[in-house]
Amino acid sequence: MKAFFGFKDGSGDWFVIIDTDRCSGCGKCAEACPSNVLQVGEDEYDPFNEEPVASVREEERKKIRYSCAPCQPGYGETPTPCIAACEPGAISHSEGWKLMYGRQ
Amino acid sequence: MAEEAKKEEYWRWPEGSWVNPDGDWKKGKTITAGVDVGSVSSQAVVAVDGELYAFSNTRTGSDSPDSAWKCMNMALEGSDLTVDNIDYCIGTGYGRVNVPMAQRTITEIACHARGANFMYGPEVRTVMDMGGQDCKAINCDERGKVLNFMMNDKCAAGTGRGMEVFADLIRVPVWEIGPRSFKIEAEPEMISSTCVVFAKTEVVGLLEEGVPENDIMAAYCAAMAHRIMELLNRLGVQEKFVITGGIAKNEGVVKRLEEQLGIKTAEKIWHKPEYRSYPFDTQIAGGLGAALFAEAMLSRGKVKSVRKA
Repeated sequence: MKAFFGFKDGSGDWFVIIDTDRCSGCGKCAEACPSNVLQVGEDEYDPFNEEPVASVREEERKKIRYSCAPCQPGYGETPTPCIAACEPGAISHSEGWKLMYGRQ
Repeated sequence: MAEEAKKEEYWRWPEGSWVNPDGDWKKGKTITAGVDVGSVSSQAVVAVDGELYAFSNTRTGSDSPDSAWKCMNMALEGSDLTVDNIDYCIGTGYGRVNVPMAQRTITEIACHARGANFMYGPEVRTVMDMGGQDCKAINCDERGKVLNFMMNDKCAAGTGRGMEVFADLIRVPVWEIGPRSFKIEAEPEMISSTCVVFAKTEVVGLLEEGVPENDIMAAYCAAMAHRIMELLNRLGVQEKFVITGGIAKNEGVVKRLEEQLGIKTAEKIWHKPEYRSYPFDTQIAGGLGAALFAEAMLSRGKVKSVRKA
């Protein structure tokens, strides 16, 4: 399942997307995240999934645009720490940051 | 004595409850319940062996535990079933952490997908839940498992509460807006702001200009449909497509959305033939999903019954 955490408003799409089928629940992303946005725990969206998966902390979901901005998701020189840390490649960001802050 | 003018509240939609007249909970093995405490409405659904037994649909008050009790008591009205007879209860919705009789919580996204799967049938692939203060687009598989979802919860624009505010402003009962929005000569231009506050200002402006009320309703419904469509386009819509929640009852929004999307919503009838005589309430999908999850968890031995009587 692709879980979209974040929000959309007039300025763009601000989502951290976690592919729970790929996520191994290793927790390396949560350790790597400098803003402490990510966590690993029970799968909120599939109560029958026994394996832990990564998700965005509840309290961060409505301010994700600002929490994720320092890592320059989608437009920086290097991949964000969470994406770099994720071995199965389960994490991605929506285009909001790239369109809003990326160089043309 | 001057008679005090009674203030009419146009947003006040009717509450309701239903108990299966042919059902007998004493014959059932497991009795489960789902309580969906949303930001605007609360529903309680009781299932006996995974079959719908009773439900209620009420307005959420300022206190989540009170609202949960209110809707639960209302669902059990007209039945001798009590809360003590319930094996397992799951809370869901915005106020799910404040449901006193629930043993655990599940997000409303998972519950709505599961509930819609049961109500409309396993062919459902896209569920649009139009809630009181947010809307969620969900793609699910034939078992009602969530495949992906997108939520729009930053503000209440284009949601149920927005419609209520609009009803109060234009002084038309909220359930009349849908039918009246079609009594127009030509489809007006839609309200341009999605923000409830700005849309309100725009509506006041239109009223002052002398634009007919029905046209304004059409313009507002079209704006709401457009906003839902944007969210759906981002996620991708697949048939069978269904809308759950209160806005599903407003044909003014639903029909305009169908036109804009070019996809029809599934008919509002129970998938199970033996359910056809039961009332079909699009708002109970979340609570029903929770009750079904409770049943599935009990039967798989994932959780234990807490039945007291």
